[in-house]
Amino acid sequence: MPTFYGTEINNPLLLGTAQYPSPSVLAESIKLSKVDVVTVSLRRESGGSNAGQDFWNLIKELGVRVLPNTASCYSVKEAVTTAQMAREVFATNWIKLEVIGNADTLQPDVYGLVEAARELTQDGFQVFPYTTEDLVVADKLLQVGCEVLMPWGAPIGSARGLNNEYGLRSLRAHFNEVPIVVDAGIGLPSHAAHAMELGCDAVLLNTAVAKAGDPAAMAKAFSDAVSAGRQAFLSDPIEMSDMACPSTPVIGKAFLS
Amino acid sequence: MRIIVNGEEREVTSDLLDQVLVECGYENPSIATALNGTFVHRELRTETKLTEGDRIEVVAPIEGG
Repeated sequence: MPTFYGTEINNPLLLGTAQYPSPSVLAESIKLSKVDVVTVSLRRESGGSNAGQDFWNLIKELGVRVLPNTASCYSVKEAVTTAQMAREVFATNWIKLEVIGNADTLQPDVYGLVEAARELTQDGFQVFPYTTEDLVVADKLLQVGCEVLMPWGAPIGSARGLNNEYGLRSLRAHFNEVPIVVDAGIGLPSHAAHAMELGCDAVLLNTAVAKAGDPAAMAKAFSDAVSAGRQAFLSDPIEMSDMACPSTPVIGKAFLS
Repeated sequence: MRIIVNGEEREVTSDLLDQVLVECGYENPSIATALNGTFVHRELRTETKLTEGDRIEVVAPIEGG
């Protein structure tokens, strides 16, 4: 099972908590998939409201580890301040660091990401950087203290799967000791299994489960898929070839023509 | 004194952050604060003085992806 900053988790599927039809469906999805880590966030709250506390109580009752995010932050300052607030509220040094660079694709601003990661690691955070599959950026993130890489599969919520399989393979090969979590863009359990078959250590997704017709059943399907993909990777898959290769022995075939 | 809390203008009587939070109805312990874009640790709220026009952000847990 993947280990992040010295903590081994029990399920390579990490699940987002947003967009579910109801809190009870969210809870059922977490329970059925047996995920160990869920992502959470922070937003403005009105005076007198207990919405935030109620949500936080629900998550605590489920006994899962939280990975707070800095979603929707477009600058280093916003992301760092959000991380600091998240650490206080959620009592964890883990932070899923998002510094967004484009509103249409929600792709990371990798320059800001590296800068924010440097600041946060120096301040004791354990950063999970939402990045691209770019090797040089990944190397910079590791240099500033990140011990996990979180490349996107595809734009957030797009359900496109793995847009750049080569890039993920390359990342895996170059940083074979660093936990890699494919985050974002996953639409189907087969996408998640594919990421795991490539040797990635975990998959983080939200929309594909939350917006499914039956979120809890889909969460279970994703959990099964990452498990199957991991097992396949560890079982040393065969190489792809351009030509057919008969599996049934040719020798001894009867001459019947 | 007029300040801005989560983007809305508010008239408050206190000039200390912890008291302003109570004045604005924030009694939930699971909140975090920032003053003019800079994080203010929970333990520093009692000594954080506000001035006219300050911007306070008050955030709480929410679902996230």
